[in-house]
Amino acid sequence: MRILTVIKHVPDSNATIKVVGGGAGIETAGLKLVLNPFDEYGAEQAIQLKEKRSDVEEVVALVVGDDKAAEALRTALAMGADRGIHVSDAKIDPRDELAWAGVAAAAIRREPKPFDLILSGKQTIDNDAGEAGPAMAELLGLPHIGAVTFLEVADDGQSLKARRRIEGADEAVECALPALLTCEKGLVEPRYPSLPNLMKAKKKPVEKLTLADLEGVGQATPGVEFVSIAPPPPRPACKIVEGEPEEMAKELVRLLREEAKVV
Amino acid sequence: MGNDILVFVEQREGKILPAALQVLTAAKELAAGTGGSPVACLIGSGTDALVTTVAQHGAGKVYTVNDPGLERYTALTYTRALCAAIEAADPKVVLMATTFMSRDLAPRVAIRAKAGLATDCIQVKLDGDKLLVDTPLYCGKAVGSFSLSLDALKIVSIRPNTYIAGEPDTAAAPNVQAVPVSLDDGDRRATTTEIVRAAGGVKDVTEADIVVSGGRSLKNEDNFKIIYELAEVLDGAVGASRAAVDAGYQPHSRQVGLTGKVVTPRLYIACGIDGAIQHLAGMRGSKVIVAINTKAEAPIFSVSTFGCVADLFTMVPLLTEEFQRLKG
Repeated sequence: MRILTVIKHVPDSNATIKVVGGGAGIETAGLKLVLNPFDEYGAEQAIQLKEKRSDVEEVVALVVGDDKAAEALRTALAMGADRGIHVSDAKIDPRDELAWAGVAAAAIRREPKPFDLILSGKQTIDNDAGEAGPAMAELLGLPHIGAVTFLEVADDGQSLKARRRIEGADEAVECALPALLTCEKGLVEPRYPSLPNLMKAKKKPVEKLTLADLEGVGQATPGVEFVSIAPPPPRPACKIVEGEPEEMAKELVRLLREEAKVV
Repeated sequence: MGNDILVFVEQREGKILPAALQVLTAAKELAAGTGGSPVACLIGSGTDALVTTVAQHGAGKVYTVNDPGLERYTALTYTRALCAAIEAADPKVVLMATTFMSRDLAPRVAIRAKAGLATDCIQVKLDGDKLLVDTPLYCGKAVGSFSLSLDALKIVSIRPNTYIAGEPDTAAAPNVQAVPVSLDDGDRRATTTEIVRAAGGVKDVTEADIVVSGGRSLKNEDNFKIIYELAEVLDGAVGASRAAVDAGYQPHSRQVGLTGKVVTPRLYIACGIDGAIQHLAGMRGSKVIVAINTKAEAPIFSVSTFGCVADLFTMVPLLTEEFQRLKG
């Protein structure tokens, strides 16, 4: 069995996002970037499968981005992936997720042997769109299961059972392999790579590619153009309710009923 | 390509998703500008019972795709079905509510139908031959504006509660077109065997109009009882911060925030939640936000409509009592 984990390098969830150039983009100097947290679940799940099963030949990590994305790849290698593929090209637009998926799919097709299981995050926390996973599956002609919170791969490596999160419930799904899964929080608890493993990760093989090395990358998403980026619209100032607790409770309920009319 | 706006009306177990009816409001607005009609598509195994509701909410035509293999959602079967409906309806734009299903489905359909895609939009407006959309980026810390040219098909998902569902026009009779679909073995590689609902029938945070959330200040699982009591009297759902979920006080399915669920209820009451960026990302789109926190400087107050600098253990039971008294 061969497993691939597809990852992205994105601004940390606690990073401050500063709009610059009158809405042209965001300040990248000093911006803390991390392995996308949902992709981390995918990497961890891949590595756990290798640790638990005897039939996993290798776990490969694929990152698509710029040169700095090598850091995210190193994290995945330090967590336990065997080797890496790093597609780096200035022409890759991280905002265009369908095109990003096209680049990833082209890199996957380039591999001499196909993967049985491809794991990625439910979404990346830069665009919060979650388009890349299902798009990759479609481009590769694979079934996919999105937002997976539980996974059990059959002993023969031919099928899997999974649960995926939906509104107020879970869906239980069975699927033939090969397949692509996008991972939701709760699936596994990602490990922290240890310092020795981070050092060892530097010695693991990483294949570096540019768009010129890939065939059938596809084009940018047709007719979707980025216009500008802005800070979120400000919310009206908070009205602080004063007084003793009993008075506050009464006044708050009155405000919600009579002023805001929401209860 | 025609001028119609096609709404994918999501249903599960024979129930229409309320947010899908909100999207019909958006379709009516856009269709007025494109010179087309708002139309809808229902996918399932017995959707004929639902066509009247969809027509009464403004769909001039309802395309139904029925097959026993479509009883429960899977990405491959629904991609096949929605693509068939798109081919039959030949719309300018496909709209859907942002849900677990549409997030899973739309990218596949976009690739297969060679369409552009914009996900989770909080504003959609027509500007000549373009659609201008806004979507939250970076955990809600920014908003991106995109321009979608309408010379080729576009798919747009809209965040729930961005539009208000219209009152049903009870005189409207459905105009139905059944769309044939043939699922092949490839489409059946994945099957949804069961929908497992959480025990107790408590409302989900994404489905409720009112959400009452608790943070780590609750100190343990038992203390969440007061949060549940307030939620119950308001007929709302219970949410929790990541800190409270990580501490094991509530299951992850109740987590509001970046690594949990994004909610946009009419009223969000944050009890003992300081407001880490990742939590604010999940709830700042709520219409009215109430914060109850002992720390006057807590970031949660910066996004709140009303604030009480007070101990939640005192305030929450008082609020429950007050609402109960009003209910009589």
